[in-house]
Amino acid sequence: MNRIDSLIKEKKNILNIYITAGYPEKDDTVFIVKSLEKAGVDMIEIGMPYSDPLADGPVIQHSSNRALANGIHLDTIFYQIQEIRKNIEALPIIVMGYFNQLMQYGVERFLEKAAASGVDGLIIPDLPVDIYNEKYRRKTEELELDMIFLITPQTSDDRIHQIDEATRGFLYVVSSSSTTGNTASLKKKQESYFERIAQMQLRNPFLVGFGISDKTSFDLACRYASGAIIGSAFIKAIENTSNLDKTIHQFIKKIKS
Amino acid sequence: MKYQVDKNGFYGKFGGAFIPELLYSNVEYLKEHYLNIIQDTSFKKEFKMLLKDYAGRPTPLYFAKRLSAKYNTNIFLKREDLNHTGAHKINNTIGQILLAKRLGKKRIIAETGAGQHGVATATVSALMGLQCIVYMGEVDMKRQAPNVARMEMLGAEVRPAISGSKTLKDATNEAIRDWINHPEDTYYLIGSVVGPHPYPDMVARFQSVISEEMKYQMKEKTGSENPDKIIACVGGGSNAAGAFYHYLENESVELIAVEAEGMGIKSGKTAATTQTGTEGIIHGSKTLLMQNNDGQIIEPYSLSAGLDYPGIGPLHAFLFKSHRGKFLGATDKEALQAAFELTRMEGIIPALESAHALAVLPKIKLKKEETVIINLSGRGDKDMQTYSSNLNALKNNF
Ligand SMILES: Cc1ncc(COP(=O)(O)O)c(C=O)c1O
Repeated sequence: MNRIDSLIKEKKNILNIYITAGYPEKDDTVFIVKSLEKAGVDMIEIGMPYSDPLADGPVIQHSSNRALANGIHLDTIFYQIQEIRKNIEALPIIVMGYFNQLMQYGVERFLEKAAASGVDGLIIPDLPVDIYNEKYRRKTEELELDMIFLITPQTSDDRIHQIDEATRGFLYVVSSSSTTGNTASLKKKQESYFERIAQMQLRNPFLVGFGISDKTSFDLACRYASGAIIGSAFIKAIENTSNLDKTIHQFIKKIKS
Repeated sequence: MKYQVDKNGFYGKFGGAFIPELLYSNVEYLKEHYLNIIQDTSFKKEFKMLLKDYAGRPTPLYFAKRLSAKYNTNIFLKREDLNHTGAHKINNTIGQILLAKRLGKKRIIAETGAGQHGVATATVSALMGLQCIVYMGEVDMKRQAPNVARMEMLGAEVRPAISGSKTLKDATNEAIRDWINHPEDTYYLIGSVVGPHPYPDMVARFQSVISEEMKYQMKEKTGSENPDKIIACVGGGSNAAGAFYHYLENESVELIAVEAEGMGIKSGKTAATTQTGTEGIIHGSKTLLMQNNDGQIIEPYSLSAGLDYPGIGPLHAFLFKSHRGKFLGATDKEALQAAFELTRMEGIIPALESAHALAVLPKIKLKKEETVIINLSGRGDKDMQTYSSNLNALKNNF
């Protein structure tokens, strides 16, 4: 059983924090992950900064631009993950990026490098499921990497089953139709959507992401899901801090209390 | 039909729909239904009527006598500049707004570079009484200010795109994000043969009226439907796709696409995608684009806002790779000079984009008995600020 599966089996209310690699400063990644782990975070999603992140709102766009300006590359990120793995064994690490980044790196080479560096799962929002199944699934599963696909309020039941079949680890349930960072509060409509997913008897557990920003939205998502993912709210919190470690602990404490 | 899109949305290995799940249901619905809708008799009738009575089609095919004498050949200009709103863009916006109506959408969004597509979208939105929001790079809002004023007069809201190079690529990103945020009521009216399948094919079909007319107009004027060469500029590639469309399978007609070289392809300030780009994904399509080794998209540059884009549509990537199309380039300077030449020799002020197509005339071998069609995609009113500030230098070179 890999790290993601064991975590989800053992724990409820999983808190997954998204960070942008190389942000705020290029070499902050390792420190931030260590600090998050100490603060009690269960899983980490590391964003690989991209120049044109279509699914991301202004906060993650901004952090990505800053990280790129800091000089971050895919190989830097793999190196940072290797550094993290020297001290941290159990914490699942997922990387998130756009398909063009993988294409240019070489998809197979990327997958091998990710697996060798200690990555457990991948989120590539613009990789079509059918192309994944046809071309990259075998390699991904051979390397025991979990490919995590998104579903949204617009995804039909049939398609949810298709996506569930291709997914390993967990399904990423996008809370509302929006880019990342939308903090409009979760409403009744979303609750019934989470409930619908929960009752579909899918193979995979699911985590809720996009628009989870505080304790209220986190707790609500956890009523239906195995956990939830916080991204933009965390990125914003660490943007201008003079004490990263303290800010991180305070942020996580508020969610987990 | 070698050059038509296949059932999965690919031209050879280019095209497809590499989009986040958030766009899947909208794009999939379009993919399943666009052909039925646009090939329906009532749709075709309404589309034809509006092209004729509203846009002013057919546009003339004009024999440019003095220009022909200078280049010692027979040059015809396809006068897309005479369309309502001043460019070929209206052909596509009429088609897509009729589609949006049939889909029951209430809110229209678009991206624009030169502002011509934005104006054409604002125009048909006004015509249909639909809300219209146009994303435009902040840099382009400045250099194409007259078009911003027109869009606002037409009732559209123009939202500045402030990321990246603040040009067409960034405006397109913002439009796609808007669509992600409004999947139910909104129709994304793309302005070129770019984006996820089925957009490239759909836009090419709506623009194909250009070459449909060329065929009978050439026959009338020369006795043959076929010119020897067709020349068109390529930003995303919609006017070129329309001008090439009905000649794609006829390999005796040479198809020449002209990209913007900006300050030159070695300067780092260029938008010449086939010369400086590699295969990758941009705006949901697998195509050629300008990018670095990490797959980060490179900010393009061209004096012409409509060509200032780091990719080309997947059809054009395929025409390039298969050698069906010949891809040439023109620099800012060459385009300005060509615009001035056409103005002084034929009394037509072309759009700066179209001037790139004209600018390759001195660079290609032309024979006396040959016929060449240049697709004059738009008029130059929007570029007067740029032209005026270069007028003295241009006069001296002429
Ligand atoms: C007059 C004119 N020609 C050409 C273009 C480039 O677009 P495309 O390559 O899609 O024809 C534009 C775009 O704004 C334009 O306004």
